Amino acid sequence: MATTHTQRTAKLMVSPSIILLLAWMIIPLGMTIYFSLLRYNLLSPGTESFTGLDNYKYFLTDPAFFAALSNTLVLVLGVLLITVIGGILLALLLDQPMFGQGIVRILVIAPFFVMPTVSALVWKNMFMNPVNGLFAWLAKLFGAQPFDFLAHAPLFSIILIVAWSWLPFATLILLTSLQSLDKDQMEAADMDGAGMLAKFFYITLPHMSRAITVVILIQTIFLLSIFAEILVTTNGGPGTESTNIAFLVYSLSLLQFDVGGGSAGGIVAVILANIVAIFLVRMVGKNLEA
Amino acid sequence: MSSIHLKNVVKRFGEVEVIPPLDLEINDGEFVVFVGPSGCGKSTLLRVISGLEDATEGTIHIDDQEATSMPPGERGLAMVFQSYALYPHMSVRKNISFPLKMAGMDQNEINSRVNEAAKVLNLSDYIDRKPGQLSGGQRQRVAIGRCIVREPTAFLFDEPLSNLDAALRVNMRLEISELHKNLKTTMIYVTHDQVEAMTMADKIVVLRDGYIEQVGSPLDLYNKPDNKFVAGFIGSPKMNFFSGDVAAQYNADSIGIRPEHMDSSTESGKWSGVVKVAEHLGSDTFLHVVLDDLGAALVRVPGDMPVTTGDRVYATPRTNELHRFDAQGKTIKN
Repeated sequence: MATTHTQRTAKLMVSPSIILLLAWMIIPLGMTIYFSLLRYNLLSPGTESFTGLDNYKYFLTDPAFFAALSNTLVLVLGVLLITVIGGILLALLLDQPMFGQGIVRILVIAPFFVMPTVSALVWKNMFMNPVNGLFAWLAKLFGAQPFDFLAHAPLFSIILIVAWSWLPFATLILLTSLQSLDKDQMEAADMDGAGMLAKFFYITLPHMSRAITVVILIQTIFLLSIFAEILVTTNGGPGTESTNIAFLVYSLSLLQFDVGGGSAGGIVAVILANIVAIFLVRMVGKNLEA
Repeated sequence: MSSIHLKNVVKRFGEVEVIPPLDLEINDGEFVVFVGPSGCGKSTLLRVISGLEDATEGTIHIDDQEATSMPPGERGLAMVFQSYALYPHMSVRKNISFPLKMAGMDQNEINSRVNEAAKVLNLSDYIDRKPGQLSGGQRQRVAIGRCIVREPTAFLFDEPLSNLDAALRVNMRLEISELHKNLKTTMIYVTHDQVEAMTMADKIVVLRDGYIEQVGSPLDLYNKPDNKFVAGFIGSPKMNFFSGDVAAQYNADSIGIRPEHMDSSTESGKWSGVVKVAEHLGSDTFLHVVLDDLGAALVRVPGDMPVTTGDRVYATPRTNELHRFDAQGKTIKN
């Protein structure tokens, strides 16, 4: 029934939802671009005036911006490194036949269902607290000085927390890919005299490369905008040591009430995310081609 | 020298005994075919020899060397899998050179061996392609190439032709036979297809439920089957079996006669019956006949014999090619 008539009707019928979706995207983006061109501070309402690209100039020359940029990259790369390597090792372990496999697998997924604010608070108060935390207790058990994670290694601590909640996701995707590995190939490699390590590097890892690509792509999208974990643990500090771009935009617009500057930061963040996306697709996207 | 000796080999999966105690000798340079219906343990036996499965009991000697607990990579055997089991992310060249690389061979030596194998197997044009871009027959050849570069003590084939279409299967059958003539290496070949077994083997091992029913050359098995199972399994189309009064005439519990071992006529003969279906193949015609008193039987007649459905025909078994079996299904020797 693909006549011109039915096609026109079909287009007419789907247009409301398409227009709605488009508006949903275009209006906030347009508003943000518009605000980013204004001198707009909530502390002095009614004094908005057009300033051109000044907000962008201030944002891009702000020393906090460079700190936030490098923090964002370190955060993303650190978490990716831990989750991909840890995920592969965990998936290899979970693939072994063992007693209670089903329950163990559900337990492994559990951290993924804990909300970011909750998991960050649990880590902050129950593990990393220098007085009451588990790590402090462990350190004291061995007679060592407790380490104040969030004060002395804030970015590393956040990487740890975020990696913990994303590890199950990576493990799960890598495990399913591992389970789809053809048993005959492993046996052929056995016959060919390949050892454990050779089998892993020549057969298993290439087989998982597509799943690893998927994990990296999906995680990068979410990790670029990590916010809750920073807000409830370090608040971006000390100084700007654990501030990423998302948190910088938040602090500009809602802590310093500079809506114009915050909007400019938001647009810069969008552009940066797109640059990262282009690089990612270039680098790992070719793995996805059949 | 590459002989393989199995002594009292037993394989159990938990309680289930797949292979009861079994002895087998495979001599140097022989082409041995394991044949039997599906589920008879032939693939398991091959995997026990290869080392992919451990023997539960018994010993395996390869080249007069105890190999029972050796890992598969050290036994010096090469295997072609039913699914080919090529490495999908590697090019043909890398696939073939993989075992050599694992053995830590010098790169120049690897290259020359791979090129040589590719030439022998007509793979030179595809050497840089991935397995996914090859046809079934080409994949099969890559799998064989991966085996021959190692210069193994013996080749193991696990139903290698079952994924190919009929025409290609006949071709590959010939190629594998030629390969064996050229290399003169011991080969063990598993199949459920008795035609493959008959055409390729020096020695056929007929298996049923893990037991070896008979070992012998193809014509031995065809002419002198040890029992009713082998008689029915080897030969195509299948042997006709009759029991009851007609068998008693020959002092047997049952008798068997192959379709090609009956003289037929439209006028007179020992047994008579009505043709139900006539399959004209040109050179021969196979008649599905309902014999009076005896029941259904298959008779091969010359292609020029003018018979069709509903005709009455007469068949006379050639006495010297008639097989007699006792109540246990064993052949009664004359």
